[in-house]
Amino acid sequence: MEKTLRDWRAILIFVGPALLLYTLVLLVPIAWSLGYTFYEGSPIAGFKFVGFTNYLRLTEDPNFLKALWFGTKYALLVSTGQVLFGLLLALLYAFYLKRSSALVRTLVFLPVVLPTVAVAQLFVKIFAIAPQYGLVNSVLQSVGLEHAVQAFLGQGSSAFWIIAAMDIWKSMGFYAILLYTGLVDIPEDTLEAARLDGAQGWSLARFVVLPLLAPITIASLIFSFNGTLKVFDSILALTGGGPGNATTPLTLYMYKTSFTYGEYGYGSTLALTLAIQCLLVTLLIFWRSRNRGAE
Amino acid sequence: MQRSASLPHPGQPPRRPMIQLSQLPMLLLVLLVLFVSVYPVVWIFLSSLKGAAEFSTSSMWALPQTLEWSNYARAWTEGNMSKYFVNSVTSVLPALLLVIVLGTMAAFGIEIMRWKLRNVASLVFLAGIMVPIQIVLLPLFTIYFKVHLLDTRLALIITYTAFGLPLVVFFLVGYFKSFAREIIEAAIMDGATIYQVFYKIALPMVSNAIVTVALVQFFFMWNDLLVSLTFIQNPDLRTVQSGLLAFTGQYGQREWGPTFASIALAVAPTVMVYLLLNQMVMKGMATGAVKG
Repeated sequence: MEKTLRDWRAILIFVGPALLLYTLVLLVPIAWSLGYTFYEGSPIAGFKFVGFTNYLRLTEDPNFLKALWFGTKYALLVSTGQVLFGLLLALLYAFYLKRSSALVRTLVFLPVVLPTVAVAQLFVKIFAIAPQYGLVNSVLQSVGLEHAVQAFLGQGSSAFWIIAAMDIWKSMGFYAILLYTGLVDIPEDTLEAARLDGAQGWSLARFVVLPLLAPITIASLIFSFNGTLKVFDSILALTGGGPGNATTPLTLYMYKTSFTYGEYGYGSTLALTLAIQCLLVTLLIFWRSRNRGAE
Repeated sequence: MQRSASLPHPGQPPRRPMIQLSQLPMLLLVLLVLFVSVYPVVWIFLSSLKGAAEFSTSSMWALPQTLEWSNYARAWTEGNMSKYFVNSVTSVLPALLLVIVLGTMAAFGIEIMRWKLRNVASLVFLAGIMVPIQIVLLPLFTIYFKVHLLDTRLALIITYTAFGLPLVVFFLVGYFKSFAREIIEAAIMDGATIYQVFYKIALPMVSNAIVTVALVQFFFMWNDLLVSLTFIQNPDLRTVQSGLLAFTGQYGQREWGPTFASIALAVAPTVMVYLLLNQMVMKGMATGAVKG
């Protein structure tokens, strides 16, 4: 039996193809991409070694700082919103709707599986002003708030809130399911004991349920941050990063730098900062949760 | 609902008055949640059936007065959605098949077979879940450019498969871990080859997990924009999502009916698959996320 389970040819047949493809399409390109950060140019124009120039350029590039700040701000807001609304929904499912929550869970999850491009096009129409008013502007008009009618997606400040609202709307059902699973795993005995000790409503949630749910909430935050830092589809389809570059996160700036302007070296450097940002956020949240647990 | 039934009896200490009083607001809240989640999707469908005139004359909230099915015909032909559908299906289905076959084999090899570096291999796949795709786009573009894979379905199939592998492998390793080793060991004692064990014993045991993870991968691949946008430049080879983006950019400003019809067409496969298999989809996505 040992011989069968240690047969190297069988191991190679089972794991080899996947590992080979994975290495060629993911691992080698990561290393390759790191190499690019020391070069300037593109496959068509040719490459030139420039040392640390791309890294120096980062520190002096106002567009980079703006995109970094926009992406971070966006990720903070949207992750908080996704997990917070997810948590509220999960509490609603578990403590109010209880067993009859299946239909609500199913319907709130629906936006999660919709393609972001289609959802973004939908939101473009919801907030449209021309050639016809969309849902929002037509409501404003019909209730007599004609002066509030505006091109919501044409202004950086309101566009930011619409992108955030859309991405929270799209994913809250997902985090609701994740946290709901954690909630139903809390033993009924624990809750009953807390109720006997006089914990009710908010205090039950604050001192018993939420602490028990902390690990899965943190996991959700990490997952959400990792997703929102990589936001691309929704912004490209909603605003294209505009007006100007008011709604351009790092991902979109990296994409435009690379594929519109053909600056592969600088594009790779931008992609690297994104990867580092994702890693840092994950480590930071892990570290904080560790520290809190030790208190 | 009788109002008196929900009020506490006078003279008797109310047992949980807060819950009784909050019934109505909570009910309204649930209805609001449902409305917010579902109405936009319903609105796509209702609007896709409106005639051009209705968009300018009646409210956006109005039901369609006519059933303008020609919007779909126009989206399908003029909007090129038929072409985009063929492109999406012919790249998503092969990639789905490949990622499941390769991923299941790798998970079996990692979890069931005994070799020194299997934990390392497992970690290497796991790391792939964290990597932002953006960091590999440029080198992949260069590679595909050099081997003439740009503007081919094969580029999409290869990329989707490779990007899908980490989750599939990780998900299925978890499943292989949880089932009885004894059965596999007994089969080997009885003289089964490792391939028979894989095909006849292990595969049936994880078939449910395979369906679940395949669903999750289907959503990722069908909904992808970034990969197809990067590697496909020929307008005839666009997938549904990048095609929709191009179509709405071109027609979206004036032709709302066909635009809504094309949005409806782009979401139809995911909505249908989800409504048929929602329990599996929810469970699969949640499990994938927790383990990832």
